[in-house]
Amino acid sequence: MERIGVFICHCGENIGRTVDCAKVAETAGKFRNVVHAVDYKYMCSDPGQAMVRDAIKEKGLTGVVVAACSPRMHEPTFRRAAADAGLNPFLCEMANVREHCSWVHEDVDAATAKATDLIRVMVEKVKQNEPLYPIRVPVTKRALVIGGGIAGIQAALDIADGGHEVVLVEKSPSIGGHMAQLSETFPTLDCSQCILTPRMVEVAQHPNITLHVYSEVEEVNGFIGNFEVKIRHKASSVNNALCTGCGACTQVCPAKKVPSEFDVGLGDRTAIYVPFPQAVPNKPVIDRDHCVRFKAAARKGLPVTEVTTCGKCQEACPIEPVKAIDFSMEDEIITEEVGAIVVATGYELYEKEAVGEYGYGKYPDIIDGLQFERLASASGPTGGVIRRPSDGEIPETVVFVQCVGSRDRAKGLTYCSKICCMYTAKHAMLYKHKVHDGNAWVFYMDIRSGGKGYDEFVRRAVEEDEVKYVRGRVSRIYPEGKKLVVLGADTLSGEKIRIDADLVVLATAISASKGVETLAQKLGVSYDQYNFLSEAHPKLRPVETASAGVFLAGACQAARDIPDAVAQASGAASKVQVLLSSEELEREPVVARVDENTCVGCFCCESVCAYGAVERKEIRDRSGNLVKTLAYVNPGVCQGCGTCVATCRSNSIDLAGYTDKQVFNEIRAL
Amino acid sequence: MREITGRACRDLAREIHEHSGLQVEECYQCGKCTAGCPVADEMDIPPNVVVRLCQLGQRDRVLGSKTIWVCAACQTCMTRCPQEFDIAKLMDALRQISHREGRVNPEAAGMAHFYEAFLDVTRRFGRLSEVGLTALYKMKRFPNEVMNDVFLAPGLMSRGKLHLVPKGIKGASSVRKIIDRCMKESHR
Amino acid sequence: MKVGYYPGCSLEGSASDFGLSIAKAAELMGVDLVEISDWSCCGASAAHSLDHLLSIALPARNLALALAQGLDQVVAPCAACSNRLITAQVEIKADPDLGARVEDIVGMSLDGDVRVLNMLDFVDVYGVDTLKEKVTRPLEGFKGACYYGCLLVRPPKVVQFDDPEDPKSMERVLTALGATPVDWHFKVECCGAGLTMAQPKIVARLVRDILRNAEENGADGIVVSCPLCHQNLDMRQLAVNAEYGETHRLPIYYLSELMALALGASPKDAGIDRHFIEATERVASLGQSGKK
Repeated sequence: MERIGVFICHCGENIGRTVDCAKVAETAGKFRNVVHAVDYKYMCSDPGQAMVRDAIKEKGLTGVVVAACSPRMHEPTFRRAAADAGLNPFLCEMANVREHCSWVHEDVDAATAKATDLIRVMVEKVKQNEPLYPIRVPVTKRALVIGGGIAGIQAALDIADGGHEVVLVEKSPSIGGHMAQLSETFPTLDCSQCILTPRMVEVAQHPNITLHVYSEVEEVNGFIGNFEVKIRHKASSVNNALCTGCGACTQVCPAKKVPSEFDVGLGDRTAIYVPFPQAVPNKPVIDRDHCVRFKAAARKGLPVTEVTTCGKCQEACPIEPVKAIDFSMEDEIITEEVGAIVVATGYELYEKEAVGEYGYGKYPDIIDGLQFERLASASGPTGGVIRRPSDGEIPETVVFVQCVGSRDRAKGLTYCSKICCMYTAKHAMLYKHKVHDGNAWVFYMDIRSGGKGYDEFVRRAVEEDEVKYVRGRVSRIYPEGKKLVVLGADTLSGEKIRIDADLVVLATAISASKGVETLAQKLGVSYDQYNFLSEAHPKLRPVETASAGVFLAGACQAARDIPDAVAQASGAASKVQVLLSSEELEREPVVARVDENTCVGCFCCESVCAYGAVERKEIRDRSGNLVKTLAYVNPGVCQGCGTCVATCRSNSIDLAGYTDKQVFNEIRAL
Repeated sequence: MREITGRACRDLAREIHEHSGLQVEECYQCGKCTAGCPVADEMDIPPNVVVRLCQLGQRDRVLGSKTIWVCAACQTCMTRCPQEFDIAKLMDALRQISHREGRVNPEAAGMAHFYEAFLDVTRRFGRLSEVGLTALYKMKRFPNEVMNDVFLAPGLMSRGKLHLVPKGIKGASSVRKIIDRCMKESHR
Repeated sequence: MKVGYYPGCSLEGSASDFGLSIAKAAELMGVDLVEISDWSCCGASAAHSLDHLLSIALPARNLALALAQGLDQVVAPCAACSNRLITAQVEIKADPDLGARVEDIVGMSLDGDVRVLNMLDFVDVYGVDTLKEKVTRPLEGFKGACYYGCLLVRPPKVVQFDDPEDPKSMERVLTALGATPVDWHFKVECCGAGLTMAQPKIVARLVRDILRNAEENGADGIVVSCPLCHQNLDMRQLAVNAEYGETHRLPIYYLSELMALALGASPKDAGIDRHFIEATERVASLGQSGKK
């Protein structure tokens, strides 16, 4: 015999003002099988919850309906209260009389009647509820970090220090990301590589970290606690186990004029190369698009093993008996099993080649921020001397243009890139430190320097280093003789301004990495219109995504500076630690179940399941002969969406917690 | 010191919106329009400041400015505006309103006279007679500018570029009706 | 090939060389230019500066006439005319109420589609390669600075023509004619246009900067496709010299003049002898026995 308890909440004035709760309680008390019906101001409060617990114990309730707010708010609260009193939590349901009633209606009589109906419906449902128990899945205590920039490095180190294994995947030949390209970092003017490389070495040496460079994530399967990731290890043509990093090969490579990605086109590298001297791992890779032997093979249409052009690198390699260079190497797919994934794929700069009014990238002396970093860097193509790319001369006048692409509806990026005001001030200061008599001009719209010591840093540029700040945007830049004419405006004095510059540095917008949307789709992570990955909640869950088990760190989520990237990476790592700290994960038991007696094995359910949760189960007789193949829903994967339930032609699938019987009874109650 | 009222701001913003569909609040005063304006140096109020004054309800100042008549309508400003605010259209709107209310800045009245002369001649013949335009313009500007460009006249004639007798078209009366109707409607 | 033709007011007067050269080029290209019957002024910059509705109604009358005449394409060589005609089309399409008011004022129907072409669109439709094949005196050795001015390329979303910062259509035509376009930086800078009568000093300054940049980048002449640009760069070049004490003598050619020339016309027939800055000498011996 069912004994249902109904609890109606006033929610202060939220419900009480529009619904006559006392009357509803009275009416509900008369429903069949309802043995207890009360109303109270705040059901979610301690006394309110105590009321539920006490009633369950004292009246031997077999089911509970709490008429209050949305179950998304307090279903866990009341289910926990029920569980505390010894009642299976899935025998407690909520009727939403707030969002679905009092908040959307004004007529008290009509709202009261509707609230009564909503409760009637839930009472009928609860009578059909069965106790359900959480599903437990094991957790693989390993983590995957995608991206080897400062955020990925920090996350990997934190998780590894926490005692768990980490697989770190990086698509370029070395970890370090953009931070490795920087000269100095604001606001301290610390040498970037000096603070970064120790961390990079720590990653390489950490016993818990497995580093896969020159690799990309190919495929992701599974779910939280149980991911299976296929990683493509691109063929570097160098056997890292044998290579000692002596560098003899790079010395003899004849293809010497390949534009260096690390130097952003301002310097060259060879076809077999290590991206920069402090690279980790310090092992070269062969860029097959520029390697003489591989290009010859492609031209002749032969496999590279049948071509004998060049091969100087292999000749020069001192390793015996087997050389470290192996032209026959092919891409390798590695499979890793992990329980958590951290995405730290970083950013790219908005291309200056897209900006028509600044020359479409045609003029070599108009550069972007990363290029300036390479000029300023002691290990850069000019040895740290600021030189014009066109003729190598030291510029007398440098103009820095902020907000190129950012805050720009016309260019399609309406956001602020956050770091440009700071790094432009830094660039201007570095230039003035190196060229004391030089002129530095910064065209800005606003100065955004909100971090610790940041505003003081900008003031230092203005007051101590005599950098001239002009408030206004630049309309056009074009060459005249050896100079670049910059046409801007100073809105503070109301004038159009012309400056003849020797070098122009554009602070181009921080953009999402190319191709990140493909990775996001593989992971099932949402992203916005700019391809920045979406956090689960912008205020309260900034390092998680809506996909359980996948976390975010760094600029892949939005433009940010190094301190924030590091902090967020540690935050993501801590969430990973929480996940990996349990042996098992509990999943909600609202999953689909197949009635094996009536299932005909048509597998329509399999084809409509978006999560791949439907498997095939073979039913065999005692002699081992196959009787039939049925559908089986993996409770560890099923998300309870109900699509298969609606699809099943023989009505053989039902959803626990929302069975056909429960739902039809709700409808009939109306 | 200038008094600014919320009321004046709202009124002018609404008037501009009704006239041209533009929302002046979109401008965030970056100055890129001024930076690229070919004639900014000859203006009394730089283009971005004109928009700023519209945001602050300063109707008299913008309508009485030289700026709106010096503007060559080259469209460079709105082409590069990062907010995609059509400031060139705003200039047109301010010209139209200023002319309608007879508030054209005397120092820049030459352009207004030029446009008036243009339409006066066109309504007569259906097409623009350049000789007619020049004559009418000089009459409006009298006694200034009378001798302007006279030395070019023989050169134009000998090159077959000057036709003293304007050619009217059959549809001249249709054109006159169009011009009269539109101008009467707006200049009531 | 037949195409509608809207000459515009200045082609009958101060830009008669433009009109002449277009007629000659069309003849040599085998194109029949069908003038819109009884066409009227498009309103240029005067209309849109004084009244919005007028600025749409005046060009709309000509669109209606073209439609009534059954023309599906109309070439409007003057950049201001083509700009105003296209603007009228775009605004009417976006606002049917405006369309209704304009139809009422103009007294004709605007139902139907007619494509407005500027000179470069026209060559594109004709086929740049077709044009190239018809060239009998390639303009080899002529280094031309292609000048687009404002209204051919702006506002970009309205005219939707080429690139507003670095257009290349004129360069393509010039190359097809055998000449060499120079790379220069004032392609789309304003010449002052309609300010020419009331603000000649401003025009002088703007023209000076354009001439200087063309010369600095090695141009033999500037190539234009707008009568007002031509007038400001050519007729007013003397005023520039007077104002600034400089000695510019840079010939200014209409693209159609160079087209007619390359297709075999004499400089006189192409209208080149009607300029203020002597322009015949620079091109007279091009394409003949390979000598410049």
